[in-house]
Amino acid sequence: MGLEAKLTQDGFITTTIDAVVAWARKSSVWPMPMGISCCAIEMIAAADPKYDIARFGSEVMRFTPRQCDLMIVAGTVTYKMAQVVRRIYDQMPDPKWVIAMGACTSTGGMYRSYSVVQGIDQFLPVDVYTAGCPPRPENLLNALMTIQEKIGKTRSRDFQNRSLKELELSQN
Amino acid sequence: MNPKELITEKVKEKFSPFIEETSDFRDDLCFTVKSEQIVPFAKFLKEDADLQFLMCKDVTAVDWATRKKRFTVVYHAHSFKLNFTLRIKANLESDPPSIETVSSVWRSAEWYERETWDMYGIKFLNHPDLRRIYMPEGFEYHPLRKEFPVLGIPGSLPLPHKAE
Repeated sequence: MGLEAKLTQDGFITTTIDAVVAWARKSSVWPMPMGISCCAIEMIAAADPKYDIARFGSEVMRFTPRQCDLMIVAGTVTYKMAQVVRRIYDQMPDPKWVIAMGACTSTGGMYRSYSVVQGIDQFLPVDVYTAGCPPRPENLLNALMTIQEKIGKTRSRDFQNRSLKELELSQN
Repeated sequence: MNPKELITEKVKEKFSPFIEETSDFRDDLCFTVKSEQIVPFAKFLKEDADLQFLMCKDVTAVDWATRKKRFTVVYHAHSFKLNFTLRIKANLESDPPSIETVSSVWRSAEWYERETWDMYGIKFLNHPDLRRIYMPEGFEYHPLRKEFPVLGIPGSLPLPHKAE
């Protein structure tokens, strides 16, 4: 990375806090495993030693939404379940991201039916859609990398976060 | 005597005026009974010492759409003594369609009948707790009826408002 060389030569680097925060955020995305159906099995596979989601700093699957940054919606979302998914999403602290994993969550998939929500973007802001039924673990990792890229580019002014806004107001 | 003959004989002996149809299609024995006789018939099948249909495996329905008797309720009962599964049908006349519950005979029928109510809107009279079992409470339709569109009726199921 060149970081080591820079540190041994000069002993310091110059950057912005925003960039450091974004770098730290993207390197430790903690997922909320919203494993609703079969996609969850591939999500588990992505965490096993062969695919090893820990390489991306996302091995800490938290089963409480309060410690998560990223919701991986893995499975068919019915209208009944939509309320639950949204409730859990609402409990996650900002900033937060969403992966729609697989055909069902992205479009309803093969369940073109009255009981299944035809795409979770009807009630959640989705950042990355993942194709496949279910997607291979590589595909999920690809989605995660896309999210990381997105997070890496974020700066604090990008967030429509009330606490950040309040912070800005108090500073001005 | 094989189980099929035994069952047919026993049923004919006691319930012949109430049996509308007997079929044995592809080795599946099936009786169509008059809908008002369903509870006595179920009770007989369960309590007869030679038959002992102790277990109700399934209750469902058929929507024939164009027939005068539009709905048929279908029951599957199993006898461990005979190792035999019997199908019982009842054609429903009235509108809204209704039939007496068999949950007083087979407790397992309670949830099956809730499902049938949820999906077809068939009322099971004297059912202890006839609520929807799959669809959310407050849903107004019965999805497996023929007139119900596959993709549902827009706006009939609430979604959370989209998050910012």
